[in-house]
Amino acid sequence: MFELLGIPPQALFGQLLLGLINGSFYALLSLGLAVIFGLLNIINFSHGAQYMMGAFVAWMLMTYAGINYWWALLIVPIVVGATGVVIERVMIARLYHLDHLYGLLLTFGLALIIQGLFRNQYGVSGLPYSIPTELSGGTNLGFMFLPNYRAWVVVASAVVCFGTWFAIEKTKLGAYLRAATENPTLVGAFGINVPRMITLTYGFGVALAALAGVLAAPIYSVNPNMGADLIIVVFAVVVIGGMGSILGAILTGFGLGIVEGLTRVFYPEASSVVIFVIMALVLLVKPAGLFGRTA
Amino acid sequence: MREAISPANGATPLLAVRDLQAWYDESHVLHGINFDVRPGEVVTLLGRNGAGKTTTLRAIMGIVGKRSGSVQFEGNELIGQQPRTIARQGIAFCPEERGIFSSLSVDENLMLPPEVKPGGLTRETVLEMFPNLRERLTSQGTKLSGGEQQMLAIGRILRTGAKFLLLDEPTEGLAPVIVQQIGRTLIQLKNQGFTIVLVEQNFRFAASVADRHYVVEQGRVIDTIPNADLDANIDKLHAYLGV
Repeated sequence: MFELLGIPPQALFGQLLLGLINGSFYALLSLGLAVIFGLLNIINFSHGAQYMMGAFVAWMLMTYAGINYWWALLIVPIVVGATGVVIERVMIARLYHLDHLYGLLLTFGLALIIQGLFRNQYGVSGLPYSIPTELSGGTNLGFMFLPNYRAWVVVASAVVCFGTWFAIEKTKLGAYLRAATENPTLVGAFGINVPRMITLTYGFGVALAALAGVLAAPIYSVNPNMGADLIIVVFAVVVIGGMGSILGAILTGFGLGIVEGLTRVFYPEASSVVIFVIMALVLLVKPAGLFGRTA
Repeated sequence: MREAISPANGATPLLAVRDLQAWYDESHVLHGINFDVRPGEVVTLLGRNGAGKTTTLRAIMGIVGKRSGSVQFEGNELIGQQPRTIARQGIAFCPEERGIFSSLSVDENLMLPPEVKPGGLTRETVLEMFPNLRERLTSQGTKLSGGEQQMLAIGRILRTGAKFLLLDEPTEGLAPVIVQQIGRTLIQLKNQGFTIVLVEQNFRFAASVADRHYVVEQGRVIDTIPNADLDANIDKLHAYLGV
């Protein structure tokens, strides 16, 4: 069997796959953040908590109602997205006339409250959520063993990311969204209901986080801190990609997952900080991010 | 000075503005604007920079901080309504900065404003009116020249079916040949029954298209000059505009 720089291929591809899986979650979550930031101009700090809610609601549907994974993929984003709609209408909408910082503080507070409530109810030890039978097992690719569920996560995430990108960049609805991101006043003066669009956009961004939570449930244990752990990295991804850039969020998400995986192979000690090192370098060289437009 | 608000030609005003006041944050910009626009007319708001012409249009549209007084369109009071419901009654606004979206292609910009009334111009008619746009449909909106952006900004609101247009300095910073083209377009629109309120600094251009001119100074309409009497009032107008 061939070796690359003294690394056995199983280890290399194994870590690459792991990087791709992490990248899938980075991409889905940073995409939601980018969509929300673009139109609402707030940094949705409760994104991690909403991702965690996605995993928990999937677990609850399974545990209390016997509703399986596939239905959860559909129901959870709608349910958690609806909570986002309520939060936007009742709370965030009151802050648009203030500095962006207030939106960040509000969503940060919400994240702490949501996590606290779940921690209180379910503890921190983590709840099991099994892989759906259709996706259990794996495939031997010759050079490595590919667990089916993990392959599904990568494909599903890529499809959702591409679909979102397409909807925003290539459709009429997306044109409204892009226009309202640039100049909401003028779009409103054309007769379009911009506040409703903002509400639905927030709901959609939250639904993306919840969908990521459902995808994550069978891989990571379902626990109240799962979002808090992940979201800091995701913020770094968003900064590297460029605030508000849809394509930037997706490509940077997948790319950094892979970079992180490779670092784990070649220099494991750096794997947990490599993304932040890249963030610092990008901020020094290109403060608007790799795909960001300078204002 | 002739009375502008007389129902001389039997037409009741399409737009009646009474004691319109407007504020941006704490600054009080309009101090009681009064004027009328009858169906099918082109009227201009003339005045120096900062007189309140742009704010008047924005106040009609409902996109100022705060406003009071009365703006009646087809007998409906617009004060207190949201910009989007004002637009839905058939009023279209073309801002001074043109408002072309850089993240949208020319075609997307053109197709963006939704239809608010039946009978708007088709995309094809707009492209016949402004042939320059046809070759640039896939370009980024803001890659167009200033004149082309202005054509796009006017063209896209003609699609909506709104027959009442608020145009803020459509000729600003444009080459004379483009100004002439826009002038011809406005006359064409007037002949098709559009009603237009035009903010202008260039009163020669204003004189070539308008029925009547309102002179705005310090947030008030201080004079009304029918276009036919413009020559007789030219010295007065020069004094108003400081040219």
